[in-house]
Order: sequence, then structure tokens, then C-alpha cells
Amino acid sequence: MTIEEQNKKNKFIDPDLEKRDVLSPDGEVIHIDPMKDYFCDARPTVHDPENKVVEKFLNWCRSNSLWVLGFGTGCGSMEIPPLMTSRFDANRFGVQMRPTPRQSSVFIISGYLAVKTLKRAIRSYEQMQDPKYLIALGSCTINGGMYYDSYNTINRLDYYLPVDVYIAGCMPRPEALLAGFNKLKERIKAGRAEGANEYAEKFDWYKANQKKIIKDWNMPDYNW
Amino acid sequence: MSFIVRLAYTLLGLFIVLNWGLIQTGLMNKITARVGKRFGMPFYQPYLNLVMLYSRRSSVSHGVMFYLGPIFRLAGGVGIFLFLPLIYGSIYWTNFSFSGDLVLILYFQFFGMLGMALGAGEASHPYSIIGIGRGLSQVTTVEIPFTLAIISIAVQYHTLSLADIVAAQQGGITHWVMWTNPFATAAGMLAFLGFMRHSPFDTVMAPQEIPIGPPTEYHSAFLGVLRSNAAILHVVESVLFMNLFFGGATSWVELIIKTFFIYFWSVFVGAVTPRFRIDQSSRWFLKVPLLLGILAIIFI
Repeated sequence: MTIEEQNKKNKFIDPDLEKRDVLSPDGEVIHIDPMKDYFCDARPTVHDPENKVVEKFLNWCRSNSLWVLGFGTGCGSMEIPPLMTSRFDANRFGVQMRPTPRQSSVFIISGYLAVKTLKRAIRSYEQMQDPKYLIALGSCTINGGMYYDSYNTINRLDYYLPVDVYIAGCMPRPEALLAGFNKLKERIKAGRAEGANEYAEKFDWYKANQKKIIKDWNMPDYNW
Repeated sequence: MSFIVRLAYTLLGLFIVLNWGLIQTGLMNKITARVGKRFGMPFYQPYLNLVMLYSRRSSVSHGVMFYLGPIFRLAGGVGIFLFLPLIYGSIYWTNFSFSGDLVLILYFQFFGMLGMALGAGEASHPYSIIGIGRGLSQVTTVEIPFTLAIISIAVQYHTLSLADIVAAQQGGITHWVMWTNPFATAAGMLAFLGFMRHSPFDTVMAPQEIPIGPPTEYHSAFLGVLRSNAAILHVVESVLFMNLFFGGATSWVELIIKTFFIYFWSVFVGAVTPRFRIDQSSRWFLKVPLLLGILAIIFI
């Protein structure tokens, strides 16, 4: 079967992910399969914490240096910019915004998650490095909220990604978000925020749930 | 003095410089926060960030060059430090400075950026590569007025040794290059803004631009190394400019006060000016600072 036929067969394939032959400057033909070349499909592994005393110190540092991934998924992302202004000033608590999932440790799912966005949220979450924490903002992430009967949004976030802290409300104000950050800090200091390890342990269950709702699954199972 | 003792003092100096760099970064964050009417992060936040980065449990590598990128960057910062005389008149804090150290330091200033280019290139993230392109073009235009200023000072004192340049400036503020060669100082201090990469010249690393330039793919301990290097580089660049234009330092206290104000100059400009696009900043360095540099060469 030629490459074009293979590509036609998989109707959901992203044009960027199609197999292709590229002519190098030397005149050599390079065969590229983005699904294999651009992604790593190894399963996530459980990273055990250090010994108790060291881990307590590291957790204290981690809790006071929360790097947030600035990825707004729903209407709740509107509540995040004011956090950085002089009125709320989340910097006081060591909360900083990072533009790339590689460097961030906290992922805020801000509001409803459409199925399309869920796919991107999963990719972003998997690209973050262990230990990573997830805050679910707004009622939509708990039970669907006002979108409970919508055809294209998910109702319960923790079927798909391990959530550390829920912040209820529609919409929660920035103060509620700050309270959520403080709750997350308590959890980290107590050593209970092990979402990444939980995700690795129950990987098959999470993947089954994700694939049940994302019909056009055209990426490897774990793509960091 | 034996090599071992000299090396021990150099490493101790590096440790002090790293810590002063981290504290200084925290203080400057605090100052910029106050300008924005915020309380801002605590001054020890850079330490927490470093521990957090070094203690991440997982990391992803993209190959050998990806590992070497931050190491080259660190070698750039530490390389400048190794050949920089810190305290004038002290036999302990002159590091490994020698008669031609100024040329070597000029080379090391570019070295780190090139190392990052190789590392970020291997990550093959399009944003990294765009960021590197921007970074290299900006550094190139910054180097031109700075090099003219250095040539002017070298001609003025007939030496390429930093220790000699500092020695020639002793004896009060009227002996400083700031006073005797104002054009070179002006060109150098404007180039300093470009080296420090605060606003208006922070397009390369700004999170709001193509996120966030060269270190897009760097995380965990890789980013920790880059952050440590940034802290060292801030102080080391300030010490270099202090030695070149502001009479050097005769004690650690003087060094800390002078480097604080030199670094503060870039933060001060950054706090009150909006960001340039990369083409604007490149052109800007080729206008006023370049003109001042040429004037410095003409009127030595």
C-alpha cells in the first residue's frame, strides 16, 4: 500500500501527521512518519518521592513556586489575568505564569471543556513534567454546570485527568482562585498532591475514558 | 600564590556571585512589582524556583546537543567570570585575569548564545528556532556599539587588560572612564540594556511574545542550569561594566553597591518603557548607540 493510500484510509489523520517522503539538500530521500518520529509513545512511569525529610523540604519549595500554564479552556480563563494585577497580586504567593507546558507545574482547567479542547488539554497535561498539579475551576468541571446536557462538553473532569483541587462557582472570583491555590499548597506540603503518579498508575483507565469520548483519536497514547 | 589557592578563591567568588545574582534578581522583581503597585514575590523566590526546577522528577531529552545547550550557556557565564578581575588591589579576587582578558571576555559574551542556538535547534521546536534567530540578531547589533566603546577605552589606555584599565581609573571619580571618555560610557551603557534583556529589549525572552524564545523546550534541571547562569551573568556583566567605566571596586561592599546600581539602570529603563519589536530594537542599536560609539572613537 502506498503512503497516499494509507493516509486516505485514516480519514481523521491531521495533515501535519501524515506520512511523507522529504528530499534532503543532499538529494537523499528521507521517510518521515510523524506519529513515530515526532512523538514518544512510551507509557508514563511512577516516580517515587525521595525520603521523608528531603521530600518535605522539596514539597515546601514546590508549593511556594507554582508555575501556572497559561492555557484558558473556557470562560473561566477570564478570571486569571486579574490575578496578576495589583488588586489580587498572585505573585505574593509564588504563583507565576509560564507560557509553555514543559516548564509549568500547575494546570488550571478554567471552565467547560469541549471535547476538542479536552484533546489539547490531555496533550498539554502529558507534556508537563512530574510533579504536576491540576486545578479545576468552576462548576462545569465538577458536574457539567450549565452545560450539563451539552452534546460536546464533558461533565466530570476527573474521569479524564487527575484533579487536585476543585474550585466551585459559576464563575468563581479571583479570590476563590487564590483560596484554591492556598488549598493546593496545603495538599502539596502534606505530600498528597501526587496526581502525576496517580495518572501513571491508572493510565489504562484514564486512556479508556478519554478514548470513549474523543472519537478522532489520531495521536499516540502518551505524547510527551 | 599557588594555582590551587587561586582556584579555590575563584570558586568561592563564583559562589558569592551566584548568590548575589539570585538575591539581586529577587530584589529587582520586588522593585518592578512596586512600580506596578503590587507587593510582588518575596526576594528569596529565585532560590525556591531553583530548588523546584532541580527537583523535578522527570525530564525529556532531545539528544546530545540539547544537553550541551545549557552547559555551553553556563560556560559562557562562568567563562566571563573566570577572566574577570573582581576586586582591585586584592591578590585573592583577581580570578585568572591576564593581559588580554578583554578580548576573551568579548568572545565569551557571544559563546553562550551560540551554544543555546545549537541546543534549541536540536529541540526543533519552531518557537525555539525563531527565538534563537531573534536573539542572535539582537546580540549582534548590541555588540557593535559595545565593541566600539571597548576599542575606544583600549586606545585611551593603550591596554587590553581589564586590571590595567581599572588601575588607570583609580584616584577619584574624575579619573573614571565615565568622566574621561563620556561617549564610550554612553555607548556602553546603552549596549548594556541590550545585554540585560529587560524591556524595551526583551522581545527574545518575553513570555507574551513567541513563547518564550530559545528556552521553550527547556525544563526541569535544564532550565535550572539556565536560571543559575542568568543569575551569574547579571552580576558578571555588571562587574565588567563597573571595571570598564566606573572605576572598579576595592572591596566586596563597593562591588555590591556598584553592581546593584548598574543592574538597576536596566531595570529602571525597563520599568518605564514598553517593548520594542525585534526589528525596531536592532535598528535602534544601529542608530544612537552606534553613533555614540563612533564619536567615542573619534574623540578619544
